[in-house]
Amino acid sequence: MSTNAPRLATDDPVLFAFAEEVGSDGAIAVAGGRTRWSQGGALAEGTRVVEAPRGVVEYKPAEMTVCVRAGTPVAELEAALGEAGQRSALPNRGGTVGGAIAVGENHVDRLGRGAIRDSVLQVRYVSAEGRLVASGGPVVKNVSGFNLPRLLTGSLGTFGLFAELILRTNPRPEVSRWLRGQGVDPAATFDGLLRAAAVLWDGESTWVHLEGHGVDVDEQSRALDRIGQFEPVEEPPPLPPESWSMSPAQAARVDREKTGDFVASIGVGRVWAQKPQPLAAPDPVVRGLCERAKAIFDPTGRLNPGRQP
Amino acid sequence: MGFVESVRVRIAERKVPPADRALLRDLRRALAHDRVRFDAAERALFAHDASFDEGGVSGPICFPVSTAEVQALTRVAIDHGRAIVPRGAGTGLAGGAIPLGAPIVVSLMKMNRILEIDGDNRVAWVEPGVVNLDLSNQLRPLGYHFAPDPSSQQVCTIGGNVANNSGGPHCLAYGVTDAHIAALEVVLPSGEVAVFGEIGPDETGLDLRGAFVGSEGTLGIATKVAVRLTKNPPAVRTLLLAFSAMRDAAQTVSDIVAAGMVPAAMEVMDQKITNAAENFVGAGYPRDAAAILLAEVEGLEGGIAIDARRIEEIGQRNHATSVRRAETEEERALLWKGRKTAFGAVAQIKPDYYLHDTVVPRSSLAAVLEEIYAIAERHDLVVMNVFHAGDGNLHPLLIFDARVPGEIDRVHRAGDEIVRASLAAGGVLSGEHGIGVEKQGFMEELFSADDLEHQNRLRETFDPICRANPGKVMPIGHSCADIQALRSVPTGVWG
Ligand SMILES: Cc1cc2nc3c(=O)[nH]c(=O)nc-3n(C[C@H](O)[C@H](O)[C@H](O)COP(=O)(O)OP(=O)(O)OC[C@H]3O[C@@H](n4cnc5c(N)ncnc54)[C@H](O)[C@@H]3O)c2cc1C
Repeated sequence: MSTNAPRLATDDPVLFAFAEEVGSDGAIAVAGGRTRWSQGGALAEGTRVVEAPRGVVEYKPAEMTVCVRAGTPVAELEAALGEAGQRSALPNRGGTVGGAIAVGENHVDRLGRGAIRDSVLQVRYVSAEGRLVASGGPVVKNVSGFNLPRLLTGSLGTFGLFAELILRTNPRPEVSRWLRGQGVDPAATFDGLLRAAAVLWDGESTWVHLEGHGVDVDEQSRALDRIGQFEPVEEPPPLPPESWSMSPAQAARVDREKTGDFVASIGVGRVWAQKPQPLAAPDPVVRGLCERAKAIFDPTGRLNPGRQP
Repeated sequence: MGFVESVRVRIAERKVPPADRALLRDLRRALAHDRVRFDAAERALFAHDASFDEGGVSGPICFPVSTAEVQALTRVAIDHGRAIVPRGAGTGLAGGAIPLGAPIVVSLMKMNRILEIDGDNRVAWVEPGVVNLDLSNQLRPLGYHFAPDPSSQQVCTIGGNVANNSGGPHCLAYGVTDAHIAALEVVLPSGEVAVFGEIGPDETGLDLRGAFVGSEGTLGIATKVAVRLTKNPPAVRTLLLAFSAMRDAAQTVSDIVAAGMVPAAMEVMDQKITNAAENFVGAGYPRDAAAILLAEVEGLEGGIAIDARRIEEIGQRNHATSVRRAETEEERALLWKGRKTAFGAVAQIKPDYYLHDTVVPRSSLAAVLEEIYAIAERHDLVVMNVFHAGDGNLHPLLIFDARVPGEIDRVHRAGDEIVRASLAAGGVLSGEHGIGVEKQGFMEELFSADDLEHQNRLRETFDPICRANPGKVMPIGHSCADIQALRSVPTGVWG
């Protein structure tokens, strides 16, 4: 690369080939693991579907960052990070890294791993015009320019198609333990702990995920014993298919009549349920901004047509 | 306003050009007479922020007290074809709050109420003018705090923190401002009001909240902020490690992270700044150390005891000359006081300073610091380093005397070289101060034309005619970089 090229420029031919494949006209979408394929609406018919390039490009455990191509399966990324005792904030549902970030849904251990959006440091995507665009930066702290990584996380690929991402990684905890309590107050459980990785509640049982130093996990387990009867379990409960958003306080008193069987993430406000959440009419000003953004980033509407974040 | 004061203002405003007189009249109708100021002294004050920039020219200065007033004054700005510059405490270091082209300056300092502390949802709704430290002081007895703690926290505002996505020593483990903002109420440059984000799970819809945080006043004015509350840790341990070489301190920081620890804070100070701070607060810092590392771990007693021991061991492996543990809360507070007042302390040495802000990969800290010392020496300047080592965020402080002819030029040249050295090491332009007017010229060294054009698209989405804080962030040649553009736009464009 020439010495006066901008610092975020890339010369990775794989990315340019992907940009070429995306091209600059015709409806287009990227398939990841198709685990959330119909999120935000069905893809318009006749849309050309491509795959994003794959592979971990550069992993720097001491920086706690990893550069990974968007088409890499989350499982492959996690395996690479695991070798240095680290992990990412991405949920592993059998999909790809790019797909997980385009959807933007957090790991069930949101409290322990942090929000997925906070882990996205740099994005490289193909624009509606077929150009490779970079935003953010390769280091863990950065306020250089507008924050397009935030706009693109959770945008369902409607503003650009991810080609490569730089993510923040985190150390794996020494000990990880799931416990289940019957008939305990989920909100009191959450309040009684300093830092659980997850507190889940299905209306009867409360699951707690404790992580960290062994001594800390033991101490938090003892704190749970003072709240109610908890016993170790292998894993969290299966999560129903639909996702609801509400305030953490509301999630601690979900009305099963409305949701059907549910699992609520206490302290977070995510509720997985059998029934879909009735859509509230979006605020017209916010909707106007979203529409304007779409018109500016993708004037012909070719990126993931039919989907709306 | 008292009678004498109001006469003084009227005399001072006598030379106001007719266009501005009409503007003043409309703004005063929208707000209140004494909350729209135009006298020369105040305009001179608001022409600057804490940056090294020479400053701009302020138009009328408004002190709204409500969202409705911010909205009303935005509409007046639209009618008069004037730009708007939001302003908090004016402690920004990149010139973000500097008014360019005589815009209406909107001080949010009178919108300083904590509206609601909602423990069940662990959020607090606050107005943007709330001072960062006041918020944490209010929250602490309830068992919470607001995690971002900029060194300027005694004066800077939550609105300024949001606009600059500010950081602080304790953002290493908890993340910068962005990670602690659940939702925002914003008056858009169109005069409309919108709420971005949610109190819920942080993953619904487009993240306009995240796009707004860090936008340096160019996407509108935040009028209410829902901040997330962090639980106070039951136990804290603060360590002070001394080293006879900066390289060893930097290596210790790298090794701690590589060992799988993310302490709550890791701050490094070099010998010059350590001595300046020591003169100032008498924290008991070792004066003969080439560098000191202030590391803090917090959480449950058992785990932090383990982490503190491992940090000590890593320090010793890297030839730490001494390790001290704060034994009491007073001692801990004193160790931090030295760090937080370090910038103020340099005034004893030279009257002026220019504080830089770049980020490099942690593993390059030692090499880039060596280069920074060499750059300063080449330009015959004194540089001091105090920085957020845990996330590679450098804050080289060039100290000088502006009265000495030629010094300012040398300071600028050295500063430019420091930024370029950071970029060359794989770093970025700013970790927390922002781009403002300070680093616009460097944007093209980091980003391509396509990258910048896409950043412009975000700007255009919110503010197609560059009403909010024109002349900032984007380099010259990009839209809204040109402060003259606005005036040529016919009024009523927003309909
Ligand atoms: C001694 C010293 C130490 C510092 N230490 C740190 C540090 O440790 N970490 C750090 O990150 N920064 C630090 N800073 C920089 C500065 O304090 C922060 O950027 C701070 O957040 C600015 O807040 P403010 O209220 O002073 O904002 P201002 O300087 O008034 O404004 C900053 C920017 O925010 C915009 N703005 C202000 N209010 C609003 C609003 N309501 N809506 C939209 N836009 C708005 C302005 O237009 C401007 O672009 C330091 C500064 C000094 C002088």
